[in-house]
Amino acid sequence: MPRREAVALGVAALLLVVALPICNALPTSSPLHLSDFRLNLFGKFLAYAILALGLDLLWGYAGVLSLGHGVFFGLGAYAMGMHLMLEIGAKSVYQSALPDFMVWNQVKELPLFWRPFYSGAFTLAAIVLVPGLFALAFGFLAFRSRIRGVYFSIITQALALSAWLVFNRNEMRLGGTNGLADFKTIFGFSLNQASTQRGLYAVTALVLVVAYLVCRWITNSRAGKVLVAIRDSETRVLFSGYSPARYKLFVFVVSAVLAGVAGALYAPQVGIITPAKLGVLPSIEMVVWVAAGGRGTLVGAALGAFGVNWMQSWLTTSYPDLWLLFLGGLFMGVVLFFPDGLVGALARTATRMMRLTRSASSTATPTESARSREAPRTGHPRPEPVSRTPLQ
Amino acid sequence: MTSTGSIIYLEDVTVSYDGFKALSRLNFYMDRRELRVVIGPNGAGKTTLLDVISGRAKPEHGRVIFGDHTDLLPLRENDIAGLGIGRKFQTPSVFVNLSVWDNVELSLKRASKGVFATLLERDAGGERERIAATLATVGLADKAARPAGALSHGEKQWLEIGMVIAQDPELLLVDEPVAGMTDEETSRTGELLESIAADRSVLVIEHDMEFVRQIARKVTVLHQGTVLCEGPVDQVQNDPRVLEVYIGRRREGTNAHG
Repeated sequence: MPRREAVALGVAALLLVVALPICNALPTSSPLHLSDFRLNLFGKFLAYAILALGLDLLWGYAGVLSLGHGVFFGLGAYAMGMHLMLEIGAKSVYQSALPDFMVWNQVKELPLFWRPFYSGAFTLAAIVLVPGLFALAFGFLAFRSRIRGVYFSIITQALALSAWLVFNRNEMRLGGTNGLADFKTIFGFSLNQASTQRGLYAVTALVLVVAYLVCRWITNSRAGKVLVAIRDSETRVLFSGYSPARYKLFVFVVSAVLAGVAGALYAPQVGIITPAKLGVLPSIEMVVWVAAGGRGTLVGAALGAFGVNWMQSWLTTSYPDLWLLFLGGLFMGVVLFFPDGLVGALARTATRMMRLTRSASSTATPTESARSREAPRTGHPRPEPVSRTPLQ
Repeated sequence: MTSTGSIIYLEDVTVSYDGFKALSRLNFYMDRRELRVVIGPNGAGKTTLLDVISGRAKPEHGRVIFGDHTDLLPLRENDIAGLGIGRKFQTPSVFVNLSVWDNVELSLKRASKGVFATLLERDAGGERERIAATLATVGLADKAARPAGALSHGEKQWLEIGMVIAQDPELLLVDEPVAGMTDEETSRTGELLESIAADRSVLVIEHDMEFVRQIARKVTVLHQGTVLCEGPVDQVQNDPRVLEVYIGRRREGTNAHG
């Protein structure tokens, strides 16, 4: 990792993981105080950012557009939600050991597949393994059959729709349309306590930093170059001796696991998970975050998730009717005018500024001198950005 | 088993797409270190021949043997590439968002091209010389840092040839390498292919007869999915059957255009 990036990441990590929770812990009178409400909101956005990193790895690097990542998010969130439901125990409204929705639905006994979720360790494993194994099976079938491009996007969209339908059914014993809610404690800590929420926020921020490091480690490896190569020319990759299907499967599973972890961090902070969070619409919104922030940059995806959701929470409280129009407009605007998203647009402006200052200070032709200075003698040259067509 | 001197050996190969026989009971073989040019009118099955050898098309009938006794039929494209058969496509296919250097680096022959091997590998020191040498061979050494997408059409073709050489293949399959090139680029490409053929086998598909005369020693003419005739370029050019299907057709084409 270049030094500048390491420093920037360190500063961002300190700010997110340490500084914001401290501001929250300060007395309300302090000018630096951050309200519980806001910190909780940020925690939700950071969970989304974790998911966006994985989606960017998949779409921005390997060029595989998934319109079904809400499903993996949902699997992680439901796994965590099931454990939280069981933790409530007899403190529920109906004072039964069963979750409330089961009492309404006349379920007399806890379904077998719920039982392992009494165990916290099992739940933590399930958060990673359930989305991961599901993505492994789904991706294996799809990539082995060489389903790619828009066809892959369509079947992932179909996956989101069918998952939404399935989770809505009461027979699934997952709370139907109402989902899982009314959580009381997490691993023994009361969710009503500000300190618990602060801890959840800090864990989310820490996971985001770790997720970023993992994703960056992947993109900086040779495998990361293979992913970009797959986006550019899958056929060439295949005839260069690599199996694109395996690389795509790998990155699909990684992104699904990140989505699942994001869901698991989301559920206790928001306090509810319903099928509405894993359907078609949320899955598409996730793609918009990445597009708006800038594909193929990782940072852009995280910023996009944070920024778009912040704007959403502001617009839906101030102008509730405008939100969907705005989201649609944002996506079209990005596709038409900023195909590289926010980060791409900023980078291009910065390059242009640098060229301007250079041409002002030297008499040589700016592009030529810039190139000869940047070109390394032998190894490890960095390519200049080439603008990409959207949705490819 | 089969003739021991051959690098690639196709026997009785039939490939059909929806009833159309792209290759029909084709027999074809090439010696080691041979530079062979395959010509033929459109639809003669030239590209399908390359598809069969490189694993992209699976024949419904016949045998395809690489080297002394490697059966290619059960293998996937990436496995065949790993065995030492490199393929250059007709339209340049390079990784436009990676640097020229990275394009060659990814193509290099190496023990494992699996996900977990490439995740752990970073910058293998010994590879730099090989990459630099490959770039020098195809004349792109001074453009190593550029993104491949910024190269001209001809340069992309050379880069792709460089990428195929980097795979260190025993057999190179090259599909219409000079399509869309200027005269100067064409003659440079010819020299490049001849120098490659000094220690490898090269199979070139070409339309441009002038280019064929520049590089060809032995020419195979395909027609309707089978070999029409084979031999030195002068002999083939004067073969009445070739004149009928190839030159005759071209005259028809000229009339149609005129």
